Amino acid sequence: MTDATASGMAVPAGRPKSSLLAQTALMKKRNASEARFKFYGVAAIVLSLSVLAFMLWTILNDGVSAFFQAKLSFPLELTAETLDPEGNRNRDEMARVTTIGYGRVLTTAFATELEKRGIAVEGVSEKDISDMISKDAAGDLRATVLANPQMVGTTIDATVLATGRIDGYLKGRVTMETAERDSNVTPQQLQLADALRDAGILGSSFNWDFITSPDASDQRPEAAGLGVAIMGSAYMMLLVLITCVPIGVAASIYLEEFAPKNTWTDAIEVNISNLAAVPSIVFGILGLAIFINFAGMPQSSSLVGALVLSLMTLPTIIIATRASIKAVPPSIRDAALGIGASKMQTVFHHVLPLAMPGILTGTILGLASALGETAPLLLIGMVAFVDNYPAASVAGVLDPATALPVQVYGWAQRADPAFIERSSGAIIILLIFLVAMNVLAILLRRRFERRW
Amino acid sequence: MSVLLLLVVIAVLAVAGYVLCRQRAMASVQGNPRGLHSLPVYYGWHGAIMVLLPALAGLALWLLIQPMVIESRISAQLPPEMVADGSSRELVMTDVRRVAGGLDTAVAVGAMTEQEAGMIRTEFTNVRDRLASVGVALGSNVSPAVLAAAQDYRVMASYGTMGRSVLALLLAIGGLAYAVMATTKDFRARNRVESVVLGLLIAASSIAILTTVGIVYSMLTETFNFFAQYPWQDFFFSLTWSPNFRGGSDLGIIPLIWGTMYISLVSMIVSVPVGLFAAIYLAEYASKRTRSWVKPLIEIIAGIPTVVFGLFALVTVGPLLRDYFAEPLGLGNSGSSVMTAGLVIGILNIPFISSLSDDIINSVPQSMRDGSLGLGATKSETIRQVVLPAALPGPV
Repeated sequence: MTDATASGMAVPAGRPKSSLLAQTALMKKRNASEARFKFYGVAAIVLSLSVLAFMLWTILNDGVSAFFQAKLSFPLELTAETLDPEGNRNRDEMARVTTIGYGRVLTTAFATELEKRGIAVEGVSEKDISDMISKDAAGDLRATVLANPQMVGTTIDATVLATGRIDGYLKGRVTMETAERDSNVTPQQLQLADALRDAGILGSSFNWDFITSPDASDQRPEAAGLGVAIMGSAYMMLLVLITCVPIGVAASIYLEEFAPKNTWTDAIEVNISNLAAVPSIVFGILGLAIFINFAGMPQSSSLVGALVLSLMTLPTIIIATRASIKAVPPSIRDAALGIGASKMQTVFHHVLPLAMPGILTGTILGLASALGETAPLLLIGMVAFVDNYPAASVAGVLDPATALPVQVYGWAQRADPAFIERSSGAIIILLIFLVAMNVLAILLRRRFERRW
Repeated sequence: MSVLLLLVVIAVLAVAGYVLCRQRAMASVQGNPRGLHSLPVYYGWHGAIMVLLPALAGLALWLLIQPMVIESRISAQLPPEMVADGSSRELVMTDVRRVAGGLDTAVAVGAMTEQEAGMIRTEFTNVRDRLASVGVALGSNVSPAVLAAAQDYRVMASYGTMGRSVLALLLAIGGLAYAVMATTKDFRARNRVESVVLGLLIAASSIAILTTVGIVYSMLTETFNFFAQYPWQDFFFSLTWSPNFRGGSDLGIIPLIWGTMYISLVSMIVSVPVGLFAAIYLAEYASKRTRSWVKPLIEIIAGIPTVVFGLFALVTVGPLLRDYFAEPLGLGNSGSSVMTAGLVIGILNIPFISSLSDDIINSVPQSMRDGSLGLGATKSETIRQVVLPAALPGPV
């Protein structure tokens, strides 16, 4: 039947015979455009992921070397004549010797060691030799000796930081060519560094100080560390957790379970969604005007930083919490109300515990975004140079501190290229924290997520 | 009594309130909780709340008001001739506060006795040197009037501290007494506690409104301050932006607005096509497996702190564009160009554009796709002519 009608039909005139198997020109064009279109999609994804990979790779490439540091080790005689002229080993008397005195002791010991080992490079002056030791070393040595005055007069095996340029030479950042143009280092010093490395005096080792010690000034990139920034960030995260979670959860409970439909509730809802869209730097201005200028809280303290970050994170936490409260099925509420629980008891004894995993996940993700926030902290003065650790007590939240992302920003501003390495190293630490928090959130979600 | 100590005392009283009220409730029904209106814990909580709430509220109010009262009274006492010579009342008050703080420090480290700090006179002692010896640096010598004001300040502050402790303790004890008296077997403790909790919930959710008010307030005050010092015509219509610490800045906003818009434009040119195509591929072509891998990877970009992108722009993208693009073409020699900023911000925005587009493309009903495919359209034609027109109002 079908065959009969088909065979009976006349092929329309003027149209070439075609087969489904052979593509017409139009079809070829359409298929080509289909393939092109699909290719654009793949290209877009490949492009964005490769930019991401390239960025992370450059950061890692620049930053990993911050975890290793060139150090000079040589026997150091703590000469009693210079360090303790009175000879009483009395700390107060010894404190009169400034770091210049200690610097001289270091230089002498270093020069003596070079002479003894017969290491010499033509054209290296005595000043050049002393300049290879970090300016930070004398201060460190002074602190160590004052902590233990009995050390004076003995000979210790000292390991001191080399300057940033020598460090850069070992890491390949400084070369003979750049040294020609650099007023801070001479090619002869680099040759000497080579000789020292061969002699085992100059070596590179893992740099714990980068993680623990405070920031250092522009001239001493080799001594700069993240200690204060990590502490400041930790304090702030703790405070954000303490302030944000109770308030955020309470607000979500009210809005989701109790709020009557009225203007006030509407106003709150609109405000929360608006606040989630406010640029973060505006919260910095808020912190500056309200917390610092009006309430008189100390500048660059972790307390102010934490308050600003809390206000910023609050909408995120509220939105996440509301979603997870909403996900608890109404049957749970009905059952609790049915056996005589009050509304408040229903919420606090049944709904909230069931919503907890979701709240936790949302909180961790909110904290992670607060941890990486820079702009508001700049406005409340956390970008200041802070050399002292904040105190470990409760009052420590009022001490000046910096935060990890702000430290990244601060170091990137500095002139010495060695700080770019530090900055990238700080980013690595920051990213490690962020990845850890996100992994924790994912694990919690996997472990506790409940499908109703 | 310091605030911390006061808080500890109030907390102890609150615990006492909990225990006392619970015991009293149980005693009123001879240990049989069925005779009570509420569960015994609610009587306990009622006791604790009645201690905490008034005491903490009173303390907070006092802490807020005391500095204002003292400031205004001291500043009213200042002789007018001090304020006249080129400084403002504010500046003099800052001096007063600093001297008062210095005297406090001196007393705290034991360099001065309390009486000495109250009696000290500029005629007999160099106050600046005395304070410098305990580590308080003052910019200039202390004038007699400032010192007198500072001493008054300290006296009032110490009265204030005393009044604060007395008030907070009275409120706490009064609350405790009230709660204990009110606790009988018919007392509706649960309702009371729940209404307080509800109040706290409302207060917590109102913080969003307070934040908005704070933002508006801080913006407005700072704006008024700014326009009081700088003519608004210049701000809105001047074409130069050159801030200067020594004064005489040119603060025209137009270059900044232009820069922002230019950078946004470049970033849109980067992020919109890339984000949109990525979203289309993920939503329409990618297998479920690919999607579950690629989508989180793209979202990683959104989770990376912005400062990281900043460093990437400064260290890598900027010099790269300068050395391989701008300089060979003779377009300029700056590492921090609009192109750099636009590119990096564009990359930053890819995940936002792509996840937004992805959601919206997914919300286009499948029947529309099926209809178009059934008519013989290829997949890309379906997407371009059916899905996108239906979805487009979303991302825009």
